[in-house]
Amino acid sequence: MPLKAVILIGGPQKGTRFRPLSFEVPKPLFPVAGVPMVQHHIEACAKVPGMKEILLMGFYQPNEALSRFLVSAQQEFKVPIRYLQEYAALGTGGGIYHFRDQILSGGAEAFFVLNADVCSEFPLQEMLEFRQQHGDMHSFVILGTTANRTQALNYGCIVANASTQEVQHYVEKPSTFVSEIINCGIYLFTPAIFQHIGEVFQRNQQELALEENSNGWQRAEVIRLEQDVFTALAGSGKLYVYKTDGFWSQIKSAGSAIYASRLYLNQYSKSHPERLAQNKPGGPVIRGNVYIHPTASIDSTAVLGPNVSIGEGVTVGAGVRVRESIVLHGASLHDHTCVLNTIVGWDSTIGRWARVEGTPSDPNPNDPYAKIDSETLFRDGRLTPSITILGCSVTIPAEVVILNSIVLPHKELSRSYKNQIILALPAPSCHSSPGYLCTICCLQLPGRSWPISKTWEL
Amino acid sequence: MRALILVGGFGTRLRPHVVLAVSYMSDALEAAMREQEQRLGIRISMSHEKEPLGTAGPLALARDLLAEDGEPFFVLNSDVICEFPFAALARFHRQHGGEGSLVVTRVEEPAKYGVVVCEADTGRICRFVEKPRVFVSNKINAGLYIFNPGILQRIQLRPTSIEKEIFPAMAQDGQLYAMELQGFWMDIGQPKDFLTGMCMYLQALRAQHPEKLHSGPGVVGNVLVDPSAKIGANCVIGPNVTIGAGVVVEDGVRIKRCTVLEGARIRSHSWLESCIVGWSCSVGQWVRMENVTVLGEDVIVNDELYLNGANVLPHKSIAESVPEPRIIM
Repeated sequence: MPLKAVILIGGPQKGTRFRPLSFEVPKPLFPVAGVPMVQHHIEACAKVPGMKEILLMGFYQPNEALSRFLVSAQQEFKVPIRYLQEYAALGTGGGIYHFRDQILSGGAEAFFVLNADVCSEFPLQEMLEFRQQHGDMHSFVILGTTANRTQALNYGCIVANASTQEVQHYVEKPSTFVSEIINCGIYLFTPAIFQHIGEVFQRNQQELALEENSNGWQRAEVIRLEQDVFTALAGSGKLYVYKTDGFWSQIKSAGSAIYASRLYLNQYSKSHPERLAQNKPGGPVIRGNVYIHPTASIDSTAVLGPNVSIGEGVTVGAGVRVRESIVLHGASLHDHTCVLNTIVGWDSTIGRWARVEGTPSDPNPNDPYAKIDSETLFRDGRLTPSITILGCSVTIPAEVVILNSIVLPHKELSRSYKNQIILALPAPSCHSSPGYLCTICCLQLPGRSWPISKTWEL
Repeated sequence: MRALILVGGFGTRLRPHVVLAVSYMSDALEAAMREQEQRLGIRISMSHEKEPLGTAGPLALARDLLAEDGEPFFVLNSDVICEFPFAALARFHRQHGGEGSLVVTRVEEPAKYGVVVCEADTGRICRFVEKPRVFVSNKINAGLYIFNPGILQRIQLRPTSIEKEIFPAMAQDGQLYAMELQGFWMDIGQPKDFLTGMCMYLQALRAQHPEKLHSGPGVVGNVLVDPSAKIGANCVIGPNVTIGAGVVVEDGVRIKRCTVLEGARIRSHSWLESCIVGWSCSVGQWVRMENVTVLGEDVIVNDELYLNGANVLPHKSIAESVPEPRIIM
């Protein structure tokens, strides 16, 4: 059966919780367990028999990183991959509706839609088989998983018939408890979905026409699959949920990138052990699951892991300890440094004996259904302890401690910092007056206060 | 001559006949003092207070020992470090002929202590002022005295404060004189001040006996290392570090402004600044300790932890970082 897959990758205004890491590279290309986030999706899709084409859909402007990635991914996975650029942010349903002809071209009988910012086992084949058993060739399937009662409220909640698995009720982020089964952001559709999306589009247009002073910002084409389509389809006999116990997590913040890396590295240890580093004579000490890019240079007295990803061209000096961290390409860790729960940005340097440490935000290990929290940046006026992030080209001097802090790109620190956001100096090419951060390279600041006040969101 | 050292635990200064006034007698103290007696060929007696006698009472308790030879005797506060000018003090005392002399030192913040007001030419003390609110004088009592045995008639065997009861009376009688201390002085009762005093001591050592200080690759500034200590490869030690007997410092360790007491082990790649590491402690690998972290005896710090101003009582095992200063019991 001819199939396609659409991976929704969003755009620059989305994924703001992933800053400052997303300043350098679009979030969907951020490396998780050593490879770009969406590469895991592509690998899973390419494995499904009958996959004709993978379409990445989003509203990023064409850029070099994306183009290069598409070329190399096509070569590696031997399946056509294209980027379809939405002319505006059209929502999770608007994009696929706009490009419906492209998706259906070549006679696709069904297609998967996957959100780029999730990490998963991608049981795509199982979803196809499930549909055959429980529904029919016209049924749509949502991948669901179990959350605990409190955290379920942060997701799309699905109520399903216990025997038929038909979705009876769907609510996106309810304020009271509805169901522990949550929407994983991975769907299996048939061409019939476009009829339902089209109906939403029509309704939107009618509503907008009725409004006297439409402000021009709203578009009828912005359609949200979850709120607009699934809610309506629930109880109609067309929508089903396939529940999985496999690993799954959203990747909204930097902390969840480290958690997702752990999940994928764990998967490698079972399915692709050759991708993980091994202990060997003359090599560094490896504990647990560690990914090391072949071009990285690691001293034999370093101790790495568990859950460490070392990127291209990274150098790790003598007696370095890295644990639960991602070290991005070109970074350099000098002798005796200790890096824990941290993302070290591209081309950053950490001086001798420095300690760079964050606080993990992992889900409760005693609760099998706990999910990673997306913490707000501030709580009670203080920065919530979180993963330490060094942006690109940051320099950490020798012998300091950087704890629970976020260092924006190109900053050269001169002392220790704890529980702080350290802003970059304005780049001369894109700022208008000293002391302000321009809107191109930076973040929205409330008013003009310095330092940052409480409700600031990255 | 004799000296009485007022101690709560261990005294450290040595004289031909030393009397240690202790409120807690321990076997360990006695054993250590027997060793010092042997080593230096002097007599050390213990004067054990069963109830606290303050800062003057212990003199009355040790009356017989102190007055034995009719000579003036020294009294020292064990919480003080300086160059201990015993000879100069004895000379000064005999010259003025008064009943007692005390050493004063200049400090930047005299209001934290009791200040001494004295005549500029003779050094005769006029009065004492405790923690003055306006500037009176910048000289304070350095905790080192010499007295004629006659002073013992002023002191009864009961809790008595020498500063509040005895000295003012002697000053009134014009019998008390002050000699200004040359060189460094520090009250080392608090860990933070202990480390400052250690730095001063090492600096004085550099000036007077530089051969006693450690040198070599990876040694920076003033560093004192016991000959039986072992220091690994690629370490950088100093400035201002003292390392005790039998200490093992593994490879790749950086230590600055610390005291490491006997038998401790600092494991590889750790970083220590402004710490006191107690006897027989074990500090793990990749540990960072700073900001006057004090480890009591036999404390174990697990690998990869961060201790910031942690005060750890003896025999504890530390398994979690202490990112902000606190006491661990």
